[in-house]
Amino acid sequence: MILASYLLHTHSVSQSYVLEVQHLALSRGGRKLLSAINFSLKPGSWLHVKGDNGSGKTSLLRVISCLAPADAGEIFWQGQKTVADKEEFLRNIHFLGHKLALKEELSPLENLLANCCVMGSPHSKDELVQALHLMGLKGREHTPLAHLSQGQKRRVALAGLRLSNALLWILDEPLVALDTPGVTLLLSLMNEHLKRGGAIILTSHQALELESSGSVLHLDNSSFPHKNLLSAQV
Amino acid sequence: MKDFWENAFWAVLKRDLQVALQRRVEVLSGLFFFVVVATLFPLAIGPELELLRRIGPGILWVGALLSSMLTQGRLFESDWQDGTLEQLVLSPNSLSLLVLAKILAHWVLCGLPLVLIAPLLGLMFDLPTNADLILLVTLMLGTPVLSCLGAIAGALTLGLRSAGVLIALLVLPLFVPVLIFGAGAVESFAAGLGVQAHLSMLAALLVVSIFFSPLVCAQALRVALE
Repeated sequence: MILASYLLHTHSVSQSYVLEVQHLALSRGGRKLLSAINFSLKPGSWLHVKGDNGSGKTSLLRVISCLAPADAGEIFWQGQKTVADKEEFLRNIHFLGHKLALKEELSPLENLLANCCVMGSPHSKDELVQALHLMGLKGREHTPLAHLSQGQKRRVALAGLRLSNALLWILDEPLVALDTPGVTLLLSLMNEHLKRGGAIILTSHQALELESSGSVLHLDNSSFPHKNLLSAQV
Repeated sequence: MKDFWENAFWAVLKRDLQVALQRRVEVLSGLFFFVVVATLFPLAIGPELELLRRIGPGILWVGALLSSMLTQGRLFESDWQDGTLEQLVLSPNSLSLLVLAKILAHWVLCGLPLVLIAPLLGLMFDLPTNADLILLVTLMLGTPVLSCLGAIAGALTLGLRSAGVLIALLVLPLFVPVLIFGAGAVESFAAGLGVQAHLSMLAALLVVSIFFSPLVCAQALRVALE
């Protein structure tokens, strides 16, 4: 961990980073959650956001994905402010949160078909079926989601992640409800993505072992509820 | 042509229609409500044709209004609960356009059936064939406005506990112009006056609400998700 001051005097944004977050501050429900968050991600690197329950992990990810506004600070995508060209930024990220954005009434195939179109990366039916097979859902392509287990639904969402052509994956607790083979599948997905030059930000309470270099951002607001100096450097 | 059908607008429309096919009861409940309300009046009033003919258009319009209000609260509710709404906001496509797709799906499911069945119910009020057709045209122009306005209320009340009552309070006053021009057109036709003014006003309301409602909804949804 390197202190926030490291980035304070180097205000220029380097092109070699895909994502750069500077002096980010955010609050939730009128309470200051985080302040002075600094980190940057190079292609092929990942960031593990750690912290206790309620420390603001999910809020941080939502602010980075432009779902919620920040109190202060800047987020740069490939040298450009994300809010300046939101469409370009959104085209480049894939956000997977606690809610999976899947319809209980529809089959995994129908869900993926709709979601891929909405996210701007349409795929053929064969590709979708193949992705579902690779996620261990062979024979379940046409079963309504209501009849699948929580872990299987997660796998459907992971098939969507696999098909996404986004550069930056933002994953909120991706390991929840997955069994051991599921976790292995997810880890191999992430390794492939990093090898292709993608970047990942994720939150998890478990330790993750990925092949390429990653760093950890600790969110700790228990001792200083109003004053945090947090940073990480990849 | 294939690309055209693969874009996000049609994907959202298709998904909403597919989901509705699995939840037929919810979709049909609005239609049955409309039919039941419209049937109760002739039964209660009795076979006084003169009176029925006079109150028919008004009752059918009020029925359509209440029925579309019943089905409106759900427009964004389930999407909000399962995270689909987040994905719509995160889509690189314009959120307003995707909202318009949802409104269109809602109208096809909840508005169009009312429009189609209304002339049949009109017969119970002894409406002459021509007046029946005018009723059909006014509903065709008016029900999409109801869907658009209801969507705004649905977006504004997203996540609130007593959303149902609030939607009624928010939306019913806004429905008034549609009701006046819709029911008024049929009445003035029956009175032998022209209907063009009424229909033009309805069409104007339709154009304005199709343009502005998705924009307002998109903004309200963004705020609701923060």
